[in-house]
Amino acid sequence: MANSPLLEEFEDRLLTSMGAWFQGERVVFRGKDLFHELNENSWMSILLFGITGREFSENQLAFFERIWTLCASYPEPRIWNNRVAALAGTARTTASLAIGAATAISEATIYGRRPDIRAIDFLFRAKDVKDRNESLAQFIRAEYQKHGVIAGYGRPISEKDERLAPIIRMAKQFGCYNGDYVKLAYEIERTIVALQGGPKMNIAGLGSALIADQGLSAEEFYRFMVLSFSAGMFPCYIDALEKPEGSFFPLRCSRIKYLGKPPRKWQETPV
Amino acid sequence: MAAKNRKETIKSTLWYEQATEDSPFVADVCRLRGYDVYGDMLANASWFDYLYLLFFDASPTKQQKKLLEAISIALANPGPRDPSVRAAMNGAVGGSGNAACLMAALAVGAGVAGGGRELLLAMSYWQRCGVQLERWFAVLRDPPQEERADVWPTPLNAPGFSPQGSHCPLRVRQTLDYFASLEVGSHLSWLQQQRRVLESTVDAPLSLLGVIAAAFTDLELKPEQGEMLYLLLRLPGAAAHAMEQRVFGWLSYPFWRDGLELTNDPGDRSNLVKEAVDEAAVVDEFVIE
Repeated sequence: MANSPLLEEFEDRLLTSMGAWFQGERVVFRGKDLFHELNENSWMSILLFGITGREFSENQLAFFERIWTLCASYPEPRIWNNRVAALAGTARTTASLAIGAATAISEATIYGRRPDIRAIDFLFRAKDVKDRNESLAQFIRAEYQKHGVIAGYGRPISEKDERLAPIIRMAKQFGCYNGDYVKLAYEIERTIVALQGGPKMNIAGLGSALIADQGLSAEEFYRFMVLSFSAGMFPCYIDALEKPEGSFFPLRCSRIKYLGKPPRKWQETPV
Repeated sequence: MAAKNRKETIKSTLWYEQATEDSPFVADVCRLRGYDVYGDMLANASWFDYLYLLFFDASPTKQQKKLLEAISIALANPGPRDPSVRAAMNGAVGGSGNAACLMAALAVGAGVAGGGRELLLAMSYWQRCGVQLERWFAVLRDPPQEERADVWPTPLNAPGFSPQGSHCPLRVRQTLDYFASLEVGSHLSWLQQQRRVLESTVDAPLSLLGVIAAAFTDLELKPEQGEMLYLLLRLPGAAAHAMEQRVFGWLSYPFWRDGLELTNDPGDRSNLVKEAVDEAAVVDEFVIE
């Protein structure tokens, strides 16, 4: 069995290429001087540089930012993550706690981060299938049999995804709509429809294809999207904060539909 | 619209509330699984009766309650070297709020390396293998892999076994021995008997988390319930250490001033500015008095 030589090597010593603060002098960000080499960069470019270590063109950065604008900035307090921000406002907690908690909640399964990473991962696996000249239909069928769902296709609550048309318009405008992964995403949609009549592609499907065409990996796409919902969270928090406390969809006692045991007297289990 | 919405309810098998006469939004009586919390349990039940009842539809036996209480003690303080407690202390020394400190402890203590996610995986192994040694050999030698990508990083070590050290620490053995002596189920005593065999299979010692996973399995918790309890029960220590470090302050807390080494330091890049600028003079020039 191993001892702990690895930890001893790291004790009091962190070797890194990510960056450092030289007190009172300068800051290095992934090998570049923040104040002299990155000082005119947009925040989006710094974010993506921090995530990937790569630099992107101005056109790509504007495109990435627009994806956030169109896909992820709904000031809708009934959506589950935004509802956390609104509850934080109605209960009068701080903005940082509200946005932190709502961001953590955005790592959901029916929306948000899990569909993001699973959608792009599915595309990459489908690409491998095609590259090996194997049947895409068979791959899709197996995925449904195993998991019952394919990330990037279908949507809870509403079948139609209102984000698709604006995103397509925008992607065309930026010259980013004709990549191989976008074509593959549509081929997958056609195959699903042919196999079982639907569901159709949702924004995670198209968004992940657009991002894959820009060269991001699955993990990079996931990390890039982590903060994406935040613009929509603040209005939900502020709105609830400005209304009377506790007034965000208040629930009367009778709104708990109790389905459990009838009233009974407490007794310890004898054994 | 409002009338339509009013039909929406929160379904619960746990909790019932009876409103006061003057406000439908204020509860007079609360029942947990049928028991009157404030009119009966408060005087007659213990915290561990109550905690158990939140997870199960029956009151615990004396031995189950004892095991749950012992688990709570074993987990309550991971100690100030644990990443989750360090996260809480980091918040406190910088003057962050208590909720932020606990959120930090939860987030850091949730992972696949020593956190709630590892506990869930360890319990899923118990569900899969039970007390069948051959099944354990199979799963430890060829761990199940999720072919789809996920938000969780891929675990590198067998859940429930420590990547550090060469022997099972005394406190882990003490915990396992005591838990097993309560004879709540068969998993802890089986682990006691098979510990060395399992350790040599993965070439790593059993961890405290591994014992907790077996104990939760003896309590018949599902992995998701175990993960929740594990996250919850480790918070008291994080809270206490955070409060302690808040008093000592950031100056008494490690910063590793000389501990970070950059492998790609570009050095002083101020020469990139076309005209040499005395930055101190710039700051001085724009001081507003």
